[in-house]
Amino acid sequence: MNDIIIELKNVNKSYSDKPVVKNLSLAIRRGEFVTLLGPSGCGKTTTLRMIAGFEQPTSGKVYFNGEDITELPPHKRALNTVFQRYALFPHLNVFGNIAYGLKLKFVPNGEPTLDKKGNRIQKMRKLTKTEISDKVNNALKMVDLEDYGHRSVNSLSGGQQQRVAIARALVNEPQVLLLDEPLGALDLKMRKDMQIELMQMHQKLGITFVYVTHDQEEALTMSNKIVVMKDGVIQQIGTPTKIYDEPANAFVADFIGESNILSGTMVKDFCVDISGHKFECVDKGFKRNEPIDVIIRPEDIRIVDKKDKQCLVEADVLTCVFKGDHYQVTALTYGDERNEIIIHDNVKVDVGDVIGLYIKPFDFHIMHKSRIINTLEGKIYDENVVEFCGGRFDCVTSLAAGTHVKITVDFDDVELMDDEEDGTIGATIISSIYKGSYWQYIVRTDDYYDFFVDNDYEWTLNDRVGIKIAPEKIILEEIILDENGAAAENENKEEQND
Amino acid sequence: MTKPKLRFSRKAFAYPYMIFLLLFVVVPLVIVLINAFLGDEGKLTFDNFIEFFSDKGGGMTVLGNSLIIGLVTTLICLVIGYPVAYFLAKYHASNKVFVLLFILPMWVNFLIRTLSTKAIFIALDVKLGMGTVMFGMVYNYLPYMILPLHTTLVSIDHSYIEAAEDLGADRFTVFWKTIVPLSVSGIVSGITMTFIPAISTFAISEILSSSKIFLFGDAINMHFSKTTNSFGVGSVMSLVMLVLVIIANVLVSLTEKKEEVKSAL
Repeated sequence: MNDIIIELKNVNKSYSDKPVVKNLSLAIRRGEFVTLLGPSGCGKTTTLRMIAGFEQPTSGKVYFNGEDITELPPHKRALNTVFQRYALFPHLNVFGNIAYGLKLKFVPNGEPTLDKKGNRIQKMRKLTKTEISDKVNNALKMVDLEDYGHRSVNSLSGGQQQRVAIARALVNEPQVLLLDEPLGALDLKMRKDMQIELMQMHQKLGITFVYVTHDQEEALTMSNKIVVMKDGVIQQIGTPTKIYDEPANAFVADFIGESNILSGTMVKDFCVDISGHKFECVDKGFKRNEPIDVIIRPEDIRIVDKKDKQCLVEADVLTCVFKGDHYQVTALTYGDERNEIIIHDNVKVDVGDVIGLYIKPFDFHIMHKSRIINTLEGKIYDENVVEFCGGRFDCVTSLAAGTHVKITVDFDDVELMDDEEDGTIGATIISSIYKGSYWQYIVRTDDYYDFFVDNDYEWTLNDRVGIKIAPEKIILEEIILDENGAAAENENKEEQND
Repeated sequence: MTKPKLRFSRKAFAYPYMIFLLLFVVVPLVIVLINAFLGDEGKLTFDNFIEFFSDKGGGMTVLGNSLIIGLVTTLICLVIGYPVAYFLAKYHASNKVFVLLFILPMWVNFLIRTLSTKAIFIALDVKLGMGTVMFGMVYNYLPYMILPLHTTLVSIDHSYIEAAEDLGADRFTVFWKTIVPLSVSGIVSGITMTFIPAISTFAISEILSSSKIFLFGDAINMHFSKTTNSFGVGSVMSLVMLVLVIIANVLVSLTEKKEEVKSAL
């Protein structure tokens, strides 16, 4: 038997043409505790709802125990959900809520009977009152609410309602339990307790848990496997340690825990260059001088004396804050480009001090840049005017109007305007990552092209900005169309998701 | 030294309406009360009550008929109104126009509506009688049933329905075990909003049955008319009506309180 219990294959979901989940494939093993993790709007809840059956994928298939359940309505699926705001029925008491599913259940009545043709058939029956009440009481005992059966659900505290919601789902003995940000409404202390209880339940019951959260700490604590999502696309799947120590890209690194994300180049195998400093690292297999992202966790940086022979790079201390079990230091490194980095160490330093920093070779996490230049397609509109993304940009070219062109623009050359009207086209900031000395933004135009932009100023997520590009910075290249009108040189437009 | 100051409290804004209430609600009620105990020669008497409750002038029979017609009307309104309210709520976002269409008749004066209905029945050659009266009643009071039901159904959190489906309920079970119980408050207020006006209605029955069917409201109306001039019995009937309305309201508030207690605990 295959031990994969749930499988999603090439699942897409759009709401009125707006894609929410893009070509998602995921396999969940029996007994796993899988967490779908990502910022709000990343498609994690939609994915869970497609597993539960509340949403139908626009395309793609969902399998349960190898069976196609894409079209199956929720009430026929052998899984149960704990809802974000619990959704306990207010017209029923605690007992009634937990018994709701049991009262609808049919079980084999144990005595095989013969039908008219002599075939053995299993007659089904409903659960008896005592069976139901035994099961409900067991479930209440499991969530430590033994004497609460008669209570009205609205009289319970948030934590107790949470437990009832879990008991209501688990009493049906589902093969998979789906949890949609179940701890979101609880206070910090309660969350921590519930996290541990959920983990214990998972171990005891041995069933599969699929958990949705935007809280990276919760995901790291509880799961066997984390699925990091962004914009409806899976960024990385892995164990908590793997995701934390070896993030697949800058987004994952930035989302999971605090980290310093810097741009660098891979000089050769085992040697990385950041702002003119060369460091020893353990990564290889990159192209020579390939531009890469380097991730360094704050707790992996040691503060040493600047004269110490371990010292790799010197830095000015900007702030030093006591955090209980460590000091959080921000420092500005010396080099071709001065990078601001965060350090967690238990050494107290003073603002203005010059310190030395030491990082072990295997603490440099090196990854390919998701994109090194913006590439898109457009058309020459008029003399020295090119049209792309619904806007007409001035450019310098000798190509005739109507020519299909490939446009490349460097990250530095995309200018962002505070006022949308000042730009040639409008766009929304959908991602921002601080890279030590500048921010790298992903800016989405209204026709869903994502520009990568390096910029010194800070914008917040979902800000509207104008995009302007200097004419001489737009690099154009003619695309030769073949007979069918299709581009012979088919550039991959969606390269950010590798 | 404090300056004497003319001070208005905000309460003062309520005075005009309180005076209005006193003049046009409390005083008339007192007059009705006095009338009920007033005999022909202006003496205190219980004759009016005896006359009504002994069913001499057929007052009790009319009351009984009214209650039955009121109940049947309410029942029909509920049976027709619930599915309408349900579907309006289900497709609420896209179809605000439909909700408007169902409320629209309320904007037309009910006498005009009723007279037009009669004209249509006559034009279609339908015999005026119980059937036409029932039709007129349901037609008039249906919006009062739909509106509170719709409001309640729209406010039911969709996650309850999803939770029910998740626990194994098919559409039918979701409806009977989740949606209906959660809309009880709407059903109760729909019933009161239909039943109370329905039992006290007049004109509808008179117009749509060519004065053959006589309801409690018509009877009160008749007692106060110049030709009959039996204010005493009319007042007693008005009081009976008032008591019925109070009873109905108490019943409603009882069911509501039960829910409040539930949610407050």
